[in-house]
Amino acid sequence: MTSALEFDDVHAGYGPFRALFGVSLSVAPGEAVALVGSNGAGKTTVARVASGLVRPTAGAVSVGGVAMTGARPYRFAQAGVAHAVEGRSVFATLSVEENLTLSFRRVRGRAGVRGGLDQAYESFPALARRRHQRAGNLSGGEQRMLSMARVMVEVPAVLIADELSLGLAPKIVAELYDDLSRLRAAGTALLVVEQLVGHALELCDRVAVLDHGSVSWTGSSSDARGILAAGGLMGAGLAGVGPTGQAPLDHEKAGL
Amino acid sequence: MATDSSSVGADFLRAVLQGAPPGAVYALVALGFVLTYQTSGVFNLAFGAQAYVSAAMYFKARLIWGWPTVWAVLLSVVVLAPLVGLTLEVLIFKHLRSASAVSKLVVAIGLAVALPNLFDIIASFKPASGVTPVGVVPGGADVFYSVFGLYRFSRNELVDMGVALVAVIGLGAVFRFSPIGLRMRAVVESARMTELNGIAASRVAAFSWALSSLFAGVAGVLIAPRFNTLGSSDFFSLMVVAIAAAAVGSLASLPLALAGGLGLGIVIAELNTFLPRWGTDSAWVRTVQDNLTPSVPFLVLFAVLALVPGIRRVQGAGDPLAGVEPPPTARAGRPDPRRALAMRLLGAVVVIGGGVVVLTRGDQLWVYQVTQAVVIAIIFLSVTVITGTGGQISLCQGAFAAIGACTVYQLAVRYDMSVLVAMLLGGLVAAAVGAILSLPVRRLGGIWTAIATLAFAYFFDAVMIKLSWVGGGAASLLRGTAVPRPTLGPWDLSHEKAFLVFAAVVLAVVAAAVVALRSGTFGRSLIALRGSEVGAQSIGISAARTRLTAFAVSAFIAGLGGGLLAISQRDVNYGANFTPFAALFWTVLVVALGSRSVPGALIAAAAFALFEPLVLDGAVVGWLTRERHPLPSLFPIDGKWLFILFGLAAIQFARHPEGLVEYGLSGRSRPARPDRPRGRRSPNTDSAAAGDAAASDQRPAMRGNRS
Repeated sequence: MTSALEFDDVHAGYGPFRALFGVSLSVAPGEAVALVGSNGAGKTTVARVASGLVRPTAGAVSVGGVAMTGARPYRFAQAGVAHAVEGRSVFATLSVEENLTLSFRRVRGRAGVRGGLDQAYESFPALARRRHQRAGNLSGGEQRMLSMARVMVEVPAVLIADELSLGLAPKIVAELYDDLSRLRAAGTALLVVEQLVGHALELCDRVAVLDHGSVSWTGSSSDARGILAAGGLMGAGLAGVGPTGQAPLDHEKAGL
Repeated sequence: MATDSSSVGADFLRAVLQGAPPGAVYALVALGFVLTYQTSGVFNLAFGAQAYVSAAMYFKARLIWGWPTVWAVLLSVVVLAPLVGLTLEVLIFKHLRSASAVSKLVVAIGLAVALPNLFDIIASFKPASGVTPVGVVPGGADVFYSVFGLYRFSRNELVDMGVALVAVIGLGAVFRFSPIGLRMRAVVESARMTELNGIAASRVAAFSWALSSLFAGVAGVLIAPRFNTLGSSDFFSLMVVAIAAAAVGSLASLPLALAGGLGLGIVIAELNTFLPRWGTDSAWVRTVQDNLTPSVPFLVLFAVLALVPGIRRVQGAGDPLAGVEPPPTARAGRPDPRRALAMRLLGAVVVIGGGVVVLTRGDQLWVYQVTQAVVIAIIFLSVTVITGTGGQISLCQGAFAAIGACTVYQLAVRYDMSVLVAMLLGGLVAAAVGAILSLPVRRLGGIWTAIATLAFAYFFDAVMIKLSWVGGGAASLLRGTAVPRPTLGPWDLSHEKAFLVFAAVVLAVVAAAVVALRSGTFGRSLIALRGSEVGAQSIGISAARTRLTAFAVSAFIAGLGGGLLAISQRDVNYGANFTPFAALFWTVLVVALGSRSVPGALIAAAAFALFEPLVLDGAVVGWLTRERHPLPSLFPIDGKWLFILFGLAAIQFARHPEGLVEYGLSGRSRPARPDRPRGRRSPNTDSAAAGDAAASDQRPAMRGNRS
């Protein structure tokens, strides 16, 4: 079966700074994978490579079985990758409606924009009330809502959600994760980058742990939860596990 | 114009009609300027240069080749103008998307200097005096249409106004309501985020540049008939006037830019109508009228910048994805000490050797050229202080230098003061002006400092220099602005070589002061501010006070250098030395070669004064080949190459703000091998070990709790 998104030994970085050292990862269609790891582990870089923002210096990236290595970000988007970037992910100088129009217009053409807008406003009534406001004037939660509205209407093949919960109230985070699970039900493959591991584990089937620019552990969410329960903190638990997945046992021995 | 109806109402209305055509011209340029700013995010000071290129092409095709109007317009406006824009986008601005607004501004200033000269050389175009540029309609300047019997519009004026009106509606509609307008605005905010929406940002940006450049061409061809002779500096000053109109609409609104342009034209016409009416009674009104009218645009621009706080925020939101392509890091550490020592020795040998050769064997011309280089170097050090150390782009260094020069002239001629004392006083006067100027400017920061100082430079050029107590007024027109050479103890400085030595000593003192200043507390504070204003303030540095001092110090140095320049040339020579457009090139040159170090400023000064005689006229090649007439067909190379080369060199400021000299000497610290840099494993294992240690620290306690 072809993966919705596949990394094969990807190396990447920023100018002289290397961030990823041979990341291999795959997300099956309709699957949800949580990417966890400490600050500076390279999670955001993985997300950026997955949407073409950062070109890998070595290795290969494919989307839906089509090789995309080195392609421009708009090709990734046209291939069905949506990327909700960390922090502000809307155009602050454009109005709410213009933000939505920008993405609907490309996919649906002139005639389809109206329908897309109606659908978005129906799902997110808060946006309808603010449709002519500059998106930069929205609250953080509303900005997130706006970027979710785009993908909820125009369901992508792959959604990369980078730190969705950052700086938001717990109630809003819960709503966002509800949206994500609805997307998943609609068939979108999810790559969820998150520091709040709890939500991510609940949503996702699999977990990949990123440590110093490479994947140090992958496994099912339930395994990950077990390790978390045993190890407590991220730093002591998941990030400390060995690449083979055998490490938890050692830890427990050490604990005894 | 001699109508007898002298009622106030009729006069008012006539002035409105009279002000509309020049207002429409300001509006045309202002619209183009706003369009470029909004679609490309570049504060495009090269807009005037682009307009000049199209106007000159039209002039050449129409009047020299004798083409019919339609073909000339097609070539100059429809083909050439967008082509220039596309070239700029593809070669330059495409690669600067995540650069700061100030960097892009500097690049645009470099282009403003380079583009007109490049066109003149490629098209072998010489602005011919005596041949007036023609408009696009037959008999444009000769056929008039009367309105209410109050004012007669020429055909050209009607075309200008019509195009401005159509443009504001058409462009406004495209910009606000069309899909491409939406995409252009999205790309300005963040090209990368636009791409994440599946839109090819590079194509949108190319379209933006083509469109705004097309409009630059339209404006250029339409406004050319206002000038008797085509000159790029006139287009540049017209653009500064237009920026005032654009600023009225916060550089964001096309209709407000149109209103601003028309408003400026009408206000000036009203002043011209009503001030003389009262001026017949009292003389002071007359003075106000003479000085106020030409300064209105610059006063408006300055007032908008200083008084409307909102304009500083219209820069819009930064690209949230700018971190994807971080700016290149500054050189890590200092260059190799042996290499630095070698370069220093080489520099000393060149300076001393050159000095000895010039002083012993140089003829009068070479002594003069080298003296110019030495004196200009002092002025350039003022750019080192304000731009290199302070990180502020000041475009009024020419005005500061002129203040110093005029002070020397006034004090020496009127009060018979020693010119050397006058030179120091000139520096102090300039410093005082600089300090006062910095009061409204210092909080602006970024591109707005550059624009406000540009407004001041043009204000000085339009008003101050013409006052009798500054530039000498009518007296200077008759007798020139002669400045005597001083004697210093036993040395008579009217001797050229003695003066060269004196200037070199002054330069050495100023250079030493700049070095000391930079490594002292004040310099560190400035560098901290340049790095991060918020960060600097958080450690107790007052941005306002530091910037005020920086402006004052920089103005002092510029004033001192300007005074010395006047003494060396025995005349102020304002028109040749200090005009705003000429001084623009100073900044370009220093920034291109290295605004952060003293050697950078020295080499820039050498390039300014000596590049043409040494390189372009073939002197160096002549010495090397020992031929009397080397390559006669090649030399002398056109002096315009000076502007082209260094204008284009200023482009690298966006990537290497330290300048060519320092960048060239640094030996470019290369990144470690891209694939697997050494030592990557060690932090990994270190932190893992630390994690384990932390874990084993905690675990016993937890177990203890449980048991």
